[in-house]
Amino acid sequence: MENKAKMLSIKVVAETLNVSQKTIRRHINSGKINSVKLGGVHRISESELKRFMAGEVVDSNANKDSGFPLSNKVPSGPLENKWSKHKGNINLVSPANKRNIDIIVVGTGLAGASASATLAELGYNVKSFCFQDSPRRAHSIAAQGGINAAKNYQGDGDSNYRLFYDTIKGGDYRSREANVYRLAEVSANIIDQCVAQGVPFARDYGGLLDNRSFGGVLVSRTFYAKGQTGQQLLLGAYSALNRQINRGKVDMYSRHEMMELVVVKGKARGIITRNLVNGKIERHGAHAVVIASGGYGNVFYLSTNAMGSNVTAGWKIYKKGAFFANPCYTQIHPTCIPVSGEHQSKLTLMSESLRNDGRIWVPKKLEDADKIRKNQMKPTEITEENRDYYLERRYPAFGNLVPRDVASRAAKERCDAGYGVNKTGQAVYLDFSSAIIRYGKEKATSTGQDTNNIDLIKKLGKEIIKAKYGNLFQMYEKIADENPYETPMKIFPAVHYTMGGVWVDYNLMTSIPGCFAIGEANFSDHGANRLGASALMQGLADGYFVLPYTIGDYLANDIKTGSISIESKEFVEAENAVNNFIEKITKNKSGNSVDYYHRKLGKIMWDKCGMSRNQKGLKEAIKEIKELRKDFHNNVFVPGFSNGYNEELAKAGRVADFLELGELFAIDALSREESCGGHFREEHQTKEGEALRNDKDYTYASCWEFMGEQNHPKLNKEHLNFEFIELKSRSYK
Amino acid sequence: MYSSIIKKVLMALSGIFLMVFLLQHLAINLTSLFPDDGNTFNKISHFMGYNPLVQFVLQPILIFGVFFHFIMGFVLEYQNRKARISKYIYHKTRSSWVSKNMILSGLVILAFLALHFYDFWIPEMDYKYINFKQPDSLKYFHELQEKFYGQTTRTTIYCISFILLGLHLNHGLSSSFQSVGISNKKEKNLQRLAIIYSFIISFGFSFIAIYHYFVH
Amino acid sequence: MDLQLKIWRQKNKLNKGEIKNYSIKNIEPDMSFLEMLDILNQGLISSGEEPVAFDHDCREGICGACSLVINGAPHGPDKGTTTCQLHMRRFNDGDTIYIEPFRGNSFPVIKDLVVDRSAFDRIQQAGGYVSVNTSGNTVDANATPIPKPDADKAFEAAACIGCGACVAACKNSSAMLFVGAKVSQYAHLPQGKVEAKERVTNMVKQMDKEGFGNCTNTGACEAHCPKEISVENIANLNREYLLSKIK
Repeated sequence: MENKAKMLSIKVVAETLNVSQKTIRRHINSGKINSVKLGGVHRISESELKRFMAGEVVDSNANKDSGFPLSNKVPSGPLENKWSKHKGNINLVSPANKRNIDIIVVGTGLAGASASATLAELGYNVKSFCFQDSPRRAHSIAAQGGINAAKNYQGDGDSNYRLFYDTIKGGDYRSREANVYRLAEVSANIIDQCVAQGVPFARDYGGLLDNRSFGGVLVSRTFYAKGQTGQQLLLGAYSALNRQINRGKVDMYSRHEMMELVVVKGKARGIITRNLVNGKIERHGAHAVVIASGGYGNVFYLSTNAMGSNVTAGWKIYKKGAFFANPCYTQIHPTCIPVSGEHQSKLTLMSESLRNDGRIWVPKKLEDADKIRKNQMKPTEITEENRDYYLERRYPAFGNLVPRDVASRAAKERCDAGYGVNKTGQAVYLDFSSAIIRYGKEKATSTGQDTNNIDLIKKLGKEIIKAKYGNLFQMYEKIADENPYETPMKIFPAVHYTMGGVWVDYNLMTSIPGCFAIGEANFSDHGANRLGASALMQGLADGYFVLPYTIGDYLANDIKTGSISIESKEFVEAENAVNNFIEKITKNKSGNSVDYYHRKLGKIMWDKCGMSRNQKGLKEAIKEIKELRKDFHNNVFVPGFSNGYNEELAKAGRVADFLELGELFAIDALSREESCGGHFREEHQTKEGEALRNDKDYTYASCWEFMGEQNHPKLNKEHLNFEFIELKSRSYK
Repeated sequence: MYSSIIKKVLMALSGIFLMVFLLQHLAINLTSLFPDDGNTFNKISHFMGYNPLVQFVLQPILIFGVFFHFIMGFVLEYQNRKARISKYIYHKTRSSWVSKNMILSGLVILAFLALHFYDFWIPEMDYKYINFKQPDSLKYFHELQEKFYGQTTRTTIYCISFILLGLHLNHGLSSSFQSVGISNKKEKNLQRLAIIYSFIISFGFSFIAIYHYFVH
Repeated sequence: MDLQLKIWRQKNKLNKGEIKNYSIKNIEPDMSFLEMLDILNQGLISSGEEPVAFDHDCREGICGACSLVINGAPHGPDKGTTTCQLHMRRFNDGDTIYIEPFRGNSFPVIKDLVVDRSAFDRIQQAGGYVSVNTSGNTVDANATPIPKPDADKAFEAAACIGCGACVAACKNSSAMLFVGAKVSQYAHLPQGKVEAKERVTNMVKQMDKEGFGNCTNTGACEAHCPKEISVENIANLNREYLLSKIK
């Protein structure tokens, strides 16, 4: 009797899912839903319905044995055919029905803007949100170097497979093969699309697109627009978004912060926002919610992220049930301008391209380093034999062009050993003098000038360096007040990008049905370390070419739902939660500022969860963050009112989430007993101090599940199958 | 209502039209320096004064052009001021004084124009169309000398006005190229042309005034 | 160094604002201008006052969020820099610094030094794009070669960060440099030619509707543009507009 009670008819299932009975029959025929014939009629068990609603796929080969609760929906078959096969098989929404479906997109960076534009183009009604005053300000704009694409315009042997392989290897074998291959596959299309939109990429004298080379790869596949590639691509996506706003297909909400996700009957059905100008709390309903809010590098306080970059959107969905994957994978970029003092509010990146010509060194003798820190000696006074070009020494094959994580750790190692060269002891030199002489000599020889005249050679060499890196040198001089043509630059690693993020399946859907995550906000494509010029590629690939298709697979079941009411009790509860938070956070009439806590958190993170981590430090970090969070909620002072423009209040909300994320970050780092990519555990290194990966036990993505405020989060492991690539240890020696 | 760009273009075109007139005016006036007791000057002046085409077609167009230019100037200035109701307490931008104060130099020129009409045009109109006196082809040079010889105040006012006119023309000419879509930034020669033109006009008229101040 | 600050404080759009005086001590020359304001704000918070609101985000001169008119000059005294790139070593001990918002009717003050620049977004929405769908099914990127000089010109125009300094610097609050840069970018590229006429017409129409003033070619916009966008783009805009009327 009991079993019978749980069997549902097609009619009931169709009503529950809000689709036609025909659709259900189709799903039964295609095997998407398993049914049992009772008395000649199809009956579907309740658990089967639940499984279907959660978006699991029956025939997926992965994760059968790993105990991972969800399917990653990776289609079977050969690597090259997976994406086209998947596109061919997933459900679509007809143009007429798209008009009745609303989609919310949070964030307007490369991923968010391109997704909003494309979804609107397809016919969906889109509501787009950003906390900045204009969608064009999203931090994608600050990307300097370029965007990768397997176009093989240079004829140097590039291919989709090579881009795929480089990305997997660069990510230290911690990403999902099928996703990465798809990324490589659509990369070429991105360039076509952007050129058609009028993005002014650099061109050669024949009028064709130019390419340059980036770290960690052997081909030239990076397209660029001077040092402002991110800006140009974002403005391209912004223009596509503007076109749809003008058509009335996108409603743009600038200066709005997402405060909460609304889940109705297990499905993401809307968000609660705060209008940052007048403080109004607003409800927005939709059939699907897309999170494109970027990375969480600001958990370190000092990073190359924008001041406003935050994890709030990603964190809110985590607390509503979305898995958060690999939070500890952070990219520390080796060439940033060092911290100059306590007042520092953010760090500035110097493009990776500088390492093509700059040589990195510290003094060989401790006493020289000491004199330099005390300003008693100049770097130019240290002779060649007293300099330690440590990257060239340790990695003779790749030298100064080792990948980002390796270069960063090496700099930290030298500074920790006492060889740092600025007053805080946290900087190394990036020296262009050899390059200046080399280029100068070449030029003098080729133009038939005196090759023994050292002043002439230097002058010619400087001109060439200026043509290549002029804007970067100028930027450095503005910030550091030193002339990098005359004295070596000082650089130090800084937090730059977070590979970790919200877990998503092959459709880019999180573990909450109807809630999607794209761009840096998700975890999918870069594994444990991202290669240069790949972030822009991923953001646009997700937004233009992946999500707009895959979202249909979910929404096809939603065409009969009708518009989402924002009067339901779930919306009321979510709004109340937001109001309660604001009330609580603004109750103190005095206390410490939000920045005070953010800086403290940043220091814990940097010292104990930064470039290298160990068990003791991580445990301390967890404890300290817990205490700091408690202190924050008791003693933070947010001046002003909640019913108007109040940046402190906005910051308080973001820092509150960072204070929770920081803990999960440390928990994740603690649980991963290996060194891979951006995650370096001191316990797991070779005798020479190189990272030691453990493929046997850790070839999985750590997907953390929120279990309530007081409970430890649950670790779900998505095993990473490497069907097409052999796992190897990275060596750059 | 015309778009802001069209208004600017009309401003530029009317300006260029007036500049062409100024060049013509200067050319005629320069003949007063010929050592022929004003013969050439008188001849041309008489022709201009009694040729029906000049009098009844070109002159009204010119007057319309003058009115259009300064009324449009006022309209634009009014609109531009209105675009920022809440003013800066302290605003000091990197742009030339002349470019920012075209309305001021324009007003000086307008005042000068009033004086100039009072000096020459009104008596002429009075002579021709109110009192219907007989045409006198020899009076022009004499009138000119009478107005300037030893007349310190008038000559000074004229010369100051010519300097401001020069400044106004310099910015006006290079700016009108911009307004009709020819970049004066790219075409450096256009800026040179504007400098040369405004210098010729300003210096030329001043020289004529000063010459007649000293020489009878 | 110690400084006197005269800062515009305004509660919201409707309130009347005023200049308030603050003195600040022990500022290091290596600090950025915004870090100096951070310190001022931390001081205000600890004494229970509301901090000075100002827009900022990337703090590396590219997002275009930061604004401020510093001692009469948008983005401060240095050429080709945004406010966030300005450092305190540019000032001397004992200096008085006036800090005001970008002003113009089209940029209403939201609070203190924060202004609403959404007029720029609306101008872009009116036509600042190429109407190509985002399916990616376009021609190959190298199918249409673009002469390098044209591509470079397009890039120079496209470098605009949309900060609004051109409007703030202009005595007429004109947005012609901003609009000119966008129109020029597309005018230099074959992809932009198809809709050139509609684009320039609609963008100029929206610009006028937003209440920006007229251009009188003072060149202040270029002189204060942090990206040093050339006024040549204004001439291009005028030309494109006139051609659209003639054709």
